[in-house]
Amino acid sequence: MDRPIRVLVAKPGLDGHDRGAKVIARALRDAGMEVIYTGLRQTPEQIVQAAIQEDVDVVAMSILSGAHNHLFPKVVNLLREEGVDDVLVIGGGVIPDEDMPGLKEAGIEEIFTPGTSTKEVVEFIKNNLKR
Amino acid sequence: MNLGERLLKGDRRACARLITMLENNDDQAINILKDLYKHSGNAYVIGITGAPGSGKSTLTDKIAKEFRKKGKKVGILAIDPTSPFTGGAILGDRIRMNDLTLDKNVFIRSMGTRGSLGGMSRATWGAVKVLDIFGMDYIFIETVGVGQSEVDIVKIADTVLMVMVPNLGDDIQAIKAGIMEIADVFAINKSDLDGADRTKLEIEMNLDLSDQKEYRPPVVKVSARQSENIGELVDKLMEHRKYLEDTGKIVERRKKNIRLEIMKLAEEEFMRLIMNKALGENLLEDLVNNVVLKEMDPYTAKDRLIELIKE
Ligand SMILES: Nc1nc2c(ncn2[C@@H]2O[C@H](COP(=O)(O)OP(=O)(O)OP(=O)(O)O)[C@@H](O)[C@H]2O)c(=O)[nH]1
Ligand SMILES: [Mg+2]
Repeated sequence: MDRPIRVLVAKPGLDGHDRGAKVIARALRDAGMEVIYTGLRQTPEQIVQAAIQEDVDVVAMSILSGAHNHLFPKVVNLLREEGVDDVLVIGGGVIPDEDMPGLKEAGIEEIFTPGTSTKEVVEFIKNNLKR
Repeated sequence: MNLGERLLKGDRRACARLITMLENNDDQAINILKDLYKHSGNAYVIGITGAPGSGKSTLTDKIAKEFRKKGKKVGILAIDPTSPFTGGAILGDRIRMNDLTLDKNVFIRSMGTRGSLGGMSRATWGAVKVLDIFGMDYIFIETVGVGQSEVDIVKIADTVLMVMVPNLGDDIQAIKAGIMEIADVFAINKSDLDGADRTKLEIEMNLDLSDQKEYRPPVVKVSARQSENIGELVDKLMEHRKYLEDTGKIVERRKKNIRLEIMKLAEEEFMRLIMNKALGENLLEDLVNNVVLKEMDPYTAKDRLIELIKE
């Protein structure tokens, strides 16, 4: 089916930069996806409710503030509590190597650090959709 | 429980999934709507339209909050343009409505136009039914920022709110182009900026020239950003609803729109039939080549296409 992939691009946490998130949003759009962009300072609860209403295939979050170990798993857990099991959750931002295994364990399927090309993100999404 | 039953019970995920299926032309969703259509009809539909950047989303957020204060359940469909080149879209209206995301009596859905002109997407008509059956009292449709011809909103909304802004040099152009005719209520947003009075005057002057008798669209200055005068604007929207209901015009209006919808659905199906056959059997390509070579004229080519469907 030629349906566009829908992606929620969200910025949890308190840091005030969304340049990275915007770059990713544009790259996904250019790859033919529908990107729902929710802007800065979203709580995990807001992200999950928006993901449900928008029925997205992917939740892509970016954090620069360092709160990723708390916020990323929180989103995954809330999605599970709501019974959502067909959404791919990915994260990006300045994330130290040693935090990666824990985040993947928690259900973040891939973490993209600043050097990653947007093409890799697009490819990852296309190859890892859950529905 | 199937999706339809879940929708009737107010299941948000079922609501969301059905809209997705409609967007993707899934016949299963249409069948569900066939079954549930009798449950629709409670919702009142308000279209919110206006130039790009005029503040439609910010204003929708504020108006929705006002309706929430009245205890009404609110559905919002926010439409943004799909790129004709990539099929992708950035749907950004939601940024202005984040406060509403956690309200269980609000459901917001962003939609790309997916090739439709007219300021909405093809699935918008179905999505309105889904939100209606889901139990929403009011459904707001934010169209893409409109130019001149994107006025389909009038074919779906009970009330059309036209959002204007001060000092937009081409306001008068828009007025001339016929956008005036579809507005039931005007909001002059960004009235915190200079020039709102003049814009109001210009609109009023244009209304003086047109010939509505019983109902004259009100013009309300508001500031969505500063939450100014939103209550008055909502009163005007409600007055328009009351006018339609008291005069029975609501029935006429909905009947007219249902007629348009049926014709539109038939037209789409017809095109799909032609294209499937024509492309499937390579006929279109052959016809085009014949016309290019002047072995056939385009009128005869069209006749061939039509014959194919009649078979
Ligand atoms: N000064 C002022 N700015 C406003 C007001 N309302 C909205 N804005 C600003 O206008 C810009 C556009 O607002 P939106 O609500 O996104 O406008 P829109 O019409 O939905 O835009 P599109 O959906 O892109 O066509 C934002 O920067 C808003 O903050 C207002 O009442 N006064
Ligand atoms: Mg908008």
